[in-house]
Amino acid sequence: MNNMVAISVENLTKKFNGFVAVDNISFSITRGEIFGLLGPNGAGKTTTISMLSTLLRPTSGSALVNGFELTKKDDDIRKSIGIVFQDQSLDEELTAYENMDFHGRLYRIPKTVRQQKIVELLKLVELEEKKNDIVKTFSGGMRRRLEIARGLLHEPKVLFLDEPTLGLDPQTRNHIWEYIENLNKEKGITIILTTHYMDEADRLCDRVAIMDKGKLIASETPEKLKEEIGGDVITITSSEREELYAKLKTLSWVKHVEPHDGFLTINLHNAEKHVAEIANLSATNGIEIDSISIRKPTLEDVFLHFTGRTIREGEASSKDHMRMMHRSFRRR
Amino acid sequence: MDIVYTIWLRNMKRYLRSKSRIVGSLGMPLFFLLVLGFGLNSVVRIPGAGQGYMGFIVPGIVSMSVLFTSVFSGIQIIWDKQFGFLKETLVAPVRRMEIMFGQTLGGATTAFIQGFIILALSLFMGLNVTSVPGFLVASVFMVLIGLSFTAFGIAIASKMEDMHGFQLIMNFVIFPIFGLSGALFPIDSLPSWLKSLTLLDPLTYGVEGIRYGLSGTSQVNPFFGFVVLAGFTVFMLVVGAALFRKINV
Repeated sequence: MNNMVAISVENLTKKFNGFVAVDNISFSITRGEIFGLLGPNGAGKTTTISMLSTLLRPTSGSALVNGFELTKKDDDIRKSIGIVFQDQSLDEELTAYENMDFHGRLYRIPKTVRQQKIVELLKLVELEEKKNDIVKTFSGGMRRRLEIARGLLHEPKVLFLDEPTLGLDPQTRNHIWEYIENLNKEKGITIILTTHYMDEADRLCDRVAIMDKGKLIASETPEKLKEEIGGDVITITSSEREELYAKLKTLSWVKHVEPHDGFLTINLHNAEKHVAEIANLSATNGIEIDSISIRKPTLEDVFLHFTGRTIREGEASSKDHMRMMHRSFRRR
Repeated sequence: MDIVYTIWLRNMKRYLRSKSRIVGSLGMPLFFLLVLGFGLNSVVRIPGAGQGYMGFIVPGIVSMSVLFTSVFSGIQIIWDKQFGFLKETLVAPVRRMEIMFGQTLGGATTAFIQGFIILALSLFMGLNVTSVPGFLVASVFMVLIGLSFTAFGIAIASKMEDMHGFQLIMNFVIFPIFGLSGALFPIDSLPSWLKSLTLLDPLTYGVEGIRYGLSGTSQVNPFFGFVVLAGFTVFMLVVGAALFRKINV
């Protein structure tokens, strides 16, 4: 068994009554990296995590988590992973310490080790002073930090974080990002996180896998993904998009041009050098442009490139509505 | 076993912390005891019941307390499901049966405590208990009711997605079980069709067992009652565990 691979997934599929939530995905995660699953709501990210954390049985396919085979060695897998779910899973009527203690007992951590680790981890997430406070009194950010501390209690090799900063304010998000980075650097924990936040994936992940409609579309470092789509991005809004689109397609320095709802995006290198050309081109052909802007590419552009939709557009499409409804129905 | 203890401990902590819930849930049984007891004591004559109608219904009211507390404890799994805590237990390296047993023991313990409080209060109101061994016998039946109906609650909760069906279950299943258990009226005086229904109700055997323990007399043979109730308990534990195993979050 390759010690460098923390998780390997092969042809993993999950169907719910004919609805394909996760469609034949394969990827592998290296030990010590922060790996991101990026995609809109309903893409299949949480379902994938649920399968890898043994909560849900795959319909087909296989996976090795920390060297243990999924569905055959589930208990070994559970001992070696930690997970922080998207929805809160704390007991609100117990204190922070009691929540940690409960977890420690469930994972059969001996008493003295347990007590010591609880204090250590609560210190790490700066909740030590609140250890005897009832969780009901905690803010969203505090709860999330407590869940991260709890997930680490049994010293897992791999930590799953499902939308770790969902619903949190910017300051808290930053703090959580710092914790995650520290965990990874100082303790060498392999981290898999799912998110639909581009900035989060960009900031934290060594590698990102893009998921959409159950399929895995691309899996690379953020830099390589952005490079692959051609460097810079020029966005043009114009009511005469089609004509502009036709003209731009013929230009050699245009790596890729894509029409969207109300605007065009052009992927190219050295946008600054070519903006003037675009302006001249439109003027010569009598095409009116409302605005031009230049951007360095983001993962949003990468997603756009691979799926033809922005992450927000992706969420608005009707098929995804069905997927989201299905998901929330299932979740209840 | 330590897992079972852990789950049990959580249950106990939550129970002991919710003082308002404890007091609140004593309300209904006490109400029944006082209103029916004092109200009907002078009007109703039960053959063989030494302490009047009030003394007659005490075992029934105790059972009521145990019944409702245990079903509610079992159904609490839905709260855990809805609010996410269940996931924490399901993703841990523990057997689902251990979780279920811990929950069942926790529910039975709190139900027993509730029943015991009612019993203690009725002692204050003048009820006499025949003997200490009798009290122990009553306790055994209380525990069996607690175990079987917590498991019952877990079994139902395993199939429910949220609390909407809860009202339905309480009104159409639990109340009839209580009503048909001979808690409030002597079984022998019933028309035969109703009498057979009563004898099909497992709670009847629990009530009669407690009655036997507290007053020395009962309408159903206590040994037979013990066997029936114990059998029902085992059955519910098996069914509850099987259904709990199948939960998907």
